[in-house]
Amino acid sequence: MILDSKIPEGPLERKWQNHKANIRLVNPANKRNIDVIVVGTGLAGASAAASLGEMGYNVKAFCFQDSPRRAHSIAAQGGINAAKNYQNDGDSVYRLFYDTIKGGDYRSREANVYRLAEVSANIIDQAVAQGVPFAREYGGNLDNRSFGGVQVSRTFYAKGQTGQQLLLGAYSALSRQIAKGKVKMYNRHEMLDIVMVDDKARGIIARNLVTGEIQRHGAHAVVLASGGYGNVFFLSTNAMGSNGSAAWKAHKKGAHFANPCFTQIHPTCIPVSGDHQSKLTLMSESLRNDGRIWVPKDRKDAEAIRAGKLKPTDLPEEKRDYYLERRYPSFGNLVPRDVASRAAKERCDEGYGVNATGEAVYLDFADAIMRYGRTEANVQGIDNPSEEKIKELGTKVVEAKYGNLFAMYEKIVDDNPYQTPMMIYPAVHYTMGGIWVDYNLMTSVPGLFALGEANFSDHGANRLGASALMQGLADGYFVIPYTIGEYLADEIRTGEIDTNHEAFEASEKEVRETIDKLLNTEGNGKSVDYYHKQLGRIMWDKCGMARNAQGLQEAIKDIEALRKEFWQNVRVPGGANEMNPELDKAMRVADFMELGQLMCMDALEREESCGGHFREEFQTEEGEALRRDEEFAFVSAWKYNGDPGKAELIKEDLVFENVELKTRSYK
Amino acid sequence: MDLKLKIWRQANQNSKGELKDYNIKNVSADSSFLEMMDQLNEELIEKGEDPVVFDHDCREGICGMCSLHINGEPHGPENATTTCQLHMRKFKDGDTIFIEPWRARAFPVVKDLSVDRGAFDRIIQSGGYVSVNTSGNTLDANALPVPKADADEAFNAATCIGCGACVAACPNASAMLFVSAKVSQLSLLPQGKVEAKDRVLNMVNQMDLEGFGNCSNVGACAEECPKEISLENIARMNREYLGASLASSK
Repeated sequence: MILDSKIPEGPLERKWQNHKANIRLVNPANKRNIDVIVVGTGLAGASAAASLGEMGYNVKAFCFQDSPRRAHSIAAQGGINAAKNYQNDGDSVYRLFYDTIKGGDYRSREANVYRLAEVSANIIDQAVAQGVPFAREYGGNLDNRSFGGVQVSRTFYAKGQTGQQLLLGAYSALSRQIAKGKVKMYNRHEMLDIVMVDDKARGIIARNLVTGEIQRHGAHAVVLASGGYGNVFFLSTNAMGSNGSAAWKAHKKGAHFANPCFTQIHPTCIPVSGDHQSKLTLMSESLRNDGRIWVPKDRKDAEAIRAGKLKPTDLPEEKRDYYLERRYPSFGNLVPRDVASRAAKERCDEGYGVNATGEAVYLDFADAIMRYGRTEANVQGIDNPSEEKIKELGTKVVEAKYGNLFAMYEKIVDDNPYQTPMMIYPAVHYTMGGIWVDYNLMTSVPGLFALGEANFSDHGANRLGASALMQGLADGYFVIPYTIGEYLADEIRTGEIDTNHEAFEASEKEVRETIDKLLNTEGNGKSVDYYHKQLGRIMWDKCGMARNAQGLQEAIKDIEALRKEFWQNVRVPGGANEMNPELDKAMRVADFMELGQLMCMDALEREESCGGHFREEFQTEEGEALRRDEEFAFVSAWKYNGDPGKAELIKEDLVFENVELKTRSYK
Repeated sequence: MDLKLKIWRQANQNSKGELKDYNIKNVSADSSFLEMMDQLNEELIEKGEDPVVFDHDCREGICGMCSLHINGEPHGPENATTTCQLHMRKFKDGDTIFIEPWRARAFPVVKDLSVDRGAFDRIIQSGGYVSVNTSGNTLDANALPVPKADADEAFNAATCIGCGACVAACPNASAMLFVSAKVSQLSLLPQGKVEAKDRVLNMVNQMDLEGFGNCSNVGACAEECPKEISLENIARMNREYLGASLASSK
């Protein structure tokens, strides 16, 4: 089977313009007769639903939260990239494209990434027009900062709440369409299946999470914007409710799942403190603009710190190992996420970790505080300021930049990061893999589309910081409104979708059976969370920051056994016809188990190291990732065959016409 | 630490609720309040009892989904902190903790500690936006400079997470702080000024229709707000409202 990515002909920089000019349109009168379902209301879903409603389609949007404004895009902190070149530092569409391809370790499609870079500037214009309060300079223009893996400042931000501000912008556009009646919003609803009629996606089965009612919704196209699957690992920076079920259900109905093993482990998260922990909290990558990462040079000092006998502030400069600056002098603390995470793991594995568990490194702002303090003293015309005055002034500057993050750190860890360095450790954050889509963002199921983190298309094997927000909004505001027309132009004669069709009947029956099964296990076992934690442990140990063939083979067996035990014994209290969060969780975890297995299979198959996927067998002598372009420059698209263990691998070759494949170097 | 919990249990919107007693042992001081609730639920499931329903999602203080009246205070005792960011080190061994849902006519209880805050969505739908299409064909983002002070002020108002603590804290269950935060954000920015008059009238009208009470300048809303949204927003909204009412031709 050959996958057609439908990449338009022509030179890279003309592809999207030409494609847009030739794409088929649906006239306004016909749009009124066409229904579109959007699942998820994060940046991609909310922007898509708002745009499609505005264009005249009848949109139904679904989210499991109590309001569309709560989708997890809201938690994105640091910023959004755009090739505006406002800083006059040599940025351009091409450079953003190139940085993203390189950052992704050459495992993404050139044409998709170029389009992303091309529309990035419009996102900023759009957001500002909606009243998104980005950070500004004193002259009234927008401010920028820098992120990992790049050498320009192209990141727009709103303190540490950029995701919140952009999501509220998209939510306001969505609210406007809801008020007009063009979008019907279903809060506290979860999609449980895709309904296929004549090999096309024709609707969904949804469950009202308050009443338990199972509903049928028909549509001419279904758009999945349901986010990533990082919660496979149980502990991640995702929200508690973030789940992979919509994507997995789509996969089981024929949508290929691409590069499932490409997960992003974010280097700067608050370390795990105990078994009680339900999630991990990110400290924005923007902190690496000013924070310096280090561990003690001497193992003995690390031991003393772990035992509480030595304070980090007592350790003199020459006894500290700023290992990122040492290993990667040209990018220093701003290397891409995968590189920074692996370097932290390497130091901790060698015994240099600095918290009780041995799994933490320092992120230190002392230098930045002094540097900003001196500048501020100059600005204020203070001659010969004392150390203390400089520190005081510098602390204020750092507080203005990162105040909310520092406050959050202090709440969780109970330690003041202005005085002692933060402790951080990598944690699961984002999934580059996802539903396979073509250039039009259509999956291998006709009429089924996937946007944002739910698809696989733009970030290759590693996503650069501040690019997730960019992709979500690009897909929702600027890509799907055009590309969906190409498919829907053939649907103008279809008429309303009949939800009494036998396919809806069958899907609904299947959903009801799954629910019955979960509520009627032998119930001798443990709670849903217990199994979820077990799964997370397997995934983190064997399919986490470093992977090897033996571990992955074991993981596949372990997950299969865990799955069996889960279905036999999981204890789900309550009933089907009431608000029952344990049942909601059980259904999500059931899907995570299958998806986790596929992730391990994909990781096993990909015998190379690239981006977030590090196979211990494939590394250079210096411990850097060893990519194998000859054999593995392809997208792994998995086709479902009745069980995750029987999935079939289909390869989409990646063709690079505009960039030369190089070993990624940040040295 | 060991704790006594008095938790509001209510099967659904139409049933009568009551406080029930629970004992919980060995709670880690490092766990968050919601992780303590997770621990309780694990124990209830183990015993075959019904776990307590409460709303939560991001657990990093930004989604606004978590709520809870803890010992009579929305989001509990710590200032500028959502329930999910409240840690058990703020409590002592042997403490009794009262846990109740938000109480307001406009926020009916869905189950146990979970309430329906749909009224907030409907207020935003009545005008909490700039009427601009999503084509991207707008002005260049830097075409209209915005004074930094205005941008910062708008941002501060825009950090509202829509959790509803302000309503829960107010003796009148007024939504003035929530509504004024959105009105302020948009009226401070040039992009929002065009529709400012209609916006404030429509949003206040919707707020009244939803059954929220009036503001009587108690200030509990700002005191309890986990994002420290300022009372100045209410003053600004009152000015906007007065101006819009006088100028309105409607």
